[in-house]
Amino acid sequence: MALRLRSSLSKSNFLNILLRHNNLGFGTASHTTRVSQNPISRFCNTMAEKLSSVGEHEDANAQVMDFPGGKVAFTPEIKFISESSKERVPCYRVLDDNGKLITNSHFVQVSEEVAVKMYSDMVTLQIMDNIFYEAQRQGRLSFYATTIGEEAINIASAAALSPQDVIFPQYREPGVLLWRGFTLQEFANQCFGNKSDNGKGRQMPVHYGSNKLNYFTVSATIATQLPNAVGAAYSLKMDKKDACAVTYFGDGGSSEGDFHAALNFAAVMEAPVLFICRNNGWAISTPTSDQFRSDGLVVKGRAYGIRSIRVDGNDALAMYSAVHTAREMAISEERPILIEALTYRVGHHSTSDDSTRYRSADEIEWWNKARNPLSRFRTWIESNGWWSDEEESDLRSRIKKEMLEALRVAEKTEKPNLENMFSDVYDVPPLNLREQERQVRQTIKSHPQDYPSDVPL
Amino acid sequence: MSSIIHGPGAATALSTFNPVDSKKLTNLSVRSQRYIVAGSDASKKKSFGSSLTVRHSQKLIPNAAAVATKKEADTSASTGHELLLFEALQEGLEEEMDRDANVCVMGEDVGHYGGSYKVTKGLADKFGDLRVLDTPICENAFTGMAIGAAMTGLRPVIEGMNMGFLLLAFNQISNNCGMLHYTSGGQFTIPVVIRGPGGVGRQLGAEHSQRLESYFQSIPGIQMVACSTPYNAKGLMKAAIRSENPVILFEHVLLYNLKEKIPDEDYICNLEEAEMVRPGEHITILTYSRMRYHVMQAAKTLVNKGYDPEVIDIRSLKPFDLHTIGNSVKKTHRVLIVEECMRTGGIGASLTAAINENFHDYLDAPVMCLSSQDVPTPYAGTLEEWTVVQPAQIVTAVEQLCQ
Repeated sequence: MALRLRSSLSKSNFLNILLRHNNLGFGTASHTTRVSQNPISRFCNTMAEKLSSVGEHEDANAQVMDFPGGKVAFTPEIKFISESSKERVPCYRVLDDNGKLITNSHFVQVSEEVAVKMYSDMVTLQIMDNIFYEAQRQGRLSFYATTIGEEAINIASAAALSPQDVIFPQYREPGVLLWRGFTLQEFANQCFGNKSDNGKGRQMPVHYGSNKLNYFTVSATIATQLPNAVGAAYSLKMDKKDACAVTYFGDGGSSEGDFHAALNFAAVMEAPVLFICRNNGWAISTPTSDQFRSDGLVVKGRAYGIRSIRVDGNDALAMYSAVHTAREMAISEERPILIEALTYRVGHHSTSDDSTRYRSADEIEWWNKARNPLSRFRTWIESNGWWSDEEESDLRSRIKKEMLEALRVAEKTEKPNLENMFSDVYDVPPLNLREQERQVRQTIKSHPQDYPSDVPL
Repeated sequence: MSSIIHGPGAATALSTFNPVDSKKLTNLSVRSQRYIVAGSDASKKKSFGSSLTVRHSQKLIPNAAAVATKKEADTSASTGHELLLFEALQEGLEEEMDRDANVCVMGEDVGHYGGSYKVTKGLADKFGDLRVLDTPICENAFTGMAIGAAMTGLRPVIEGMNMGFLLLAFNQISNNCGMLHYTSGGQFTIPVVIRGPGGVGRQLGAEHSQRLESYFQSIPGIQMVACSTPYNAKGLMKAAIRSENPVILFEHVLLYNLKEKIPDEDYICNLEEAEMVRPGEHITILTYSRMRYHVMQAAKTLVNKGYDPEVIDIRSLKPFDLHTIGNSVKKTHRVLIVEECMRTGGIGASLTAAINENFHDYLDAPVMCLSSQDVPTPYAGTLEEWTVVQPAQIVTAVEQLCQ
């Protein structure tokens, strides 16, 4: 960070003022010796690179001003920067609507093994979502939120990352866990909150977390994971690890203060973090036109000094390439990258929502059919001879069977015992919590009929 | 701000304490033998009489260095070194950063500026920009950042330039910091320390005179401690950094220039323990942070009037050290709480409830609590003085309770 002060000895007024302010700012004598090093150098980052030319522009016709951040040219015209550009930022895609490779497209080549795993996982995710959703409708699960329509974002981005990259999800990214090896049984365990759940049954369904797979437990609050991700990236940078932090959020999440602060921080700290926005058009019932007035998310990156790209989120190959490239940039150049993935939330926001109340069923249908991420990718892998109808039906029936079995087992598994209500609040339960547990147990003893039968004491 | 010589100094004052004239106190029911006290600090592991065993069964911090006994100040003047409270905090922080490379500091102006109260002075030069991080102005963001970094193995110390600013970080502190260890099933720990100056200062204005301990005390999953002397400031800072739980360390704007001699050797203070400042017989006065000094000033007056107050600096605001407090209540049967929080919903309010619930049978009089009024702190110096509890009020309250 320290740059040498390359000004000429004939100091300009500007530099004199700067030095004087520094001395004033630090006050004591012991600090003046440092003036030539750190305090000035911290200003150097934001100073014009060619300071030697400062003294030459003092006449009235000066067209350039030195200002923290670099030279600023003057203009006598009163010109406002338009609130939007004439054309929207183009969207990177590699497969067309029918899944055919676009000619002259740039993309990162995917091996057969990886492509087939990507597609299989997308199918698995789709089936898992459908079955869990139905289970909730049947009353077997209390709550669920699907990822339908966003399978490509989930799986393709996960495929482009390495297992050491730490993930900070919002709540619509179980595909990343799936890719990394979270089993259907483990998903079911969390949804049923049984004793095999990593989270010990404390959170509601879809709030997965796995230390082993570097996937941080979902915290329901919107966009709070963005600053967390910046901190994790900072930690990785300090340890010089070959890994980055990756965080996901929706178009709605970008309105939260944490989004803006996190992007700003990441840029200033030069933290290797990928900000992946799933712009799926809806934040519960709020369309993007009521969420922001900018051209989506991609243009916001520049405001914070962050390199950004807009990708077709339903094109698995494009997602893979974009995330792969971004990851390399983030780690080698130590910078954050913003990726806006355009997609559509085909399902409802969650099982507590009926989206036909605020959008047309036709719109949902169109995106599900014409822009389906699975069918597009399937066309491409089939064109390479890597997939067939037979493998498709085999996979689907196998996964469906596995899912139903996982559901059945999870439903039957015991819940965590009562002690887990009070443990892990701290590393060791303090006196007041031990006392409260004692009181609960006493109450249960005197009113056993009011206590749920499936929670062991 | 005049520097107050504290701690060991109090011991010498007490050695001139005269046994109370029994005629003056016939109304007080004395239930145990009176004795002269030679030392007043709780970290000494002696037990006086029946009830002053301070060590209790709660788990001590793992990996803790042996809690050294506070040196007998009156005798050996050779060991120990004198410093101001903010320097003690800095020393504790620096020692922990030396000891563990994962400890880092994040906050506004903590780096080369050295912190607005100079607690992080010199650290950026010694440890570099990465470990002493200057952040842009967004409390929620850098608190969130620290939480994310803690989940990946760092041990950040977050500095709020003023505790009041941490209201902006409430979301991260409550929803992420306090909860994630629990909701993740114990998979992720968040060993952060959140610290900063708070309390009513000298004409800092309403927004900069907040008592955040009131607002944070409900959050499950965090611990709260308040330091009041250079000795416990350094000890609590070190203990907080070593703790696996998120800890909020409350400092007070007016206490940074307190001077005291502290031991040279490594020591920590137990996070869950209260500090016995002055053992006594007639009444238990519970206090913390700056109010400790108002109480001790009132204690001088009270002693001259023939009262024998027991003063406890509760130090641990969440959870309360009910063991020490309980033993004291069982001995004196009267409780006065002196705090700087506002009347409604402050630490005093919770402490009153806890004492009533747990020690109701031992009380001879209702628990009395002296707090600040439920008003934003005025800027005018005279008005500001009257929003905080003054020694005169404490004396009156004790006299009232001991009738």
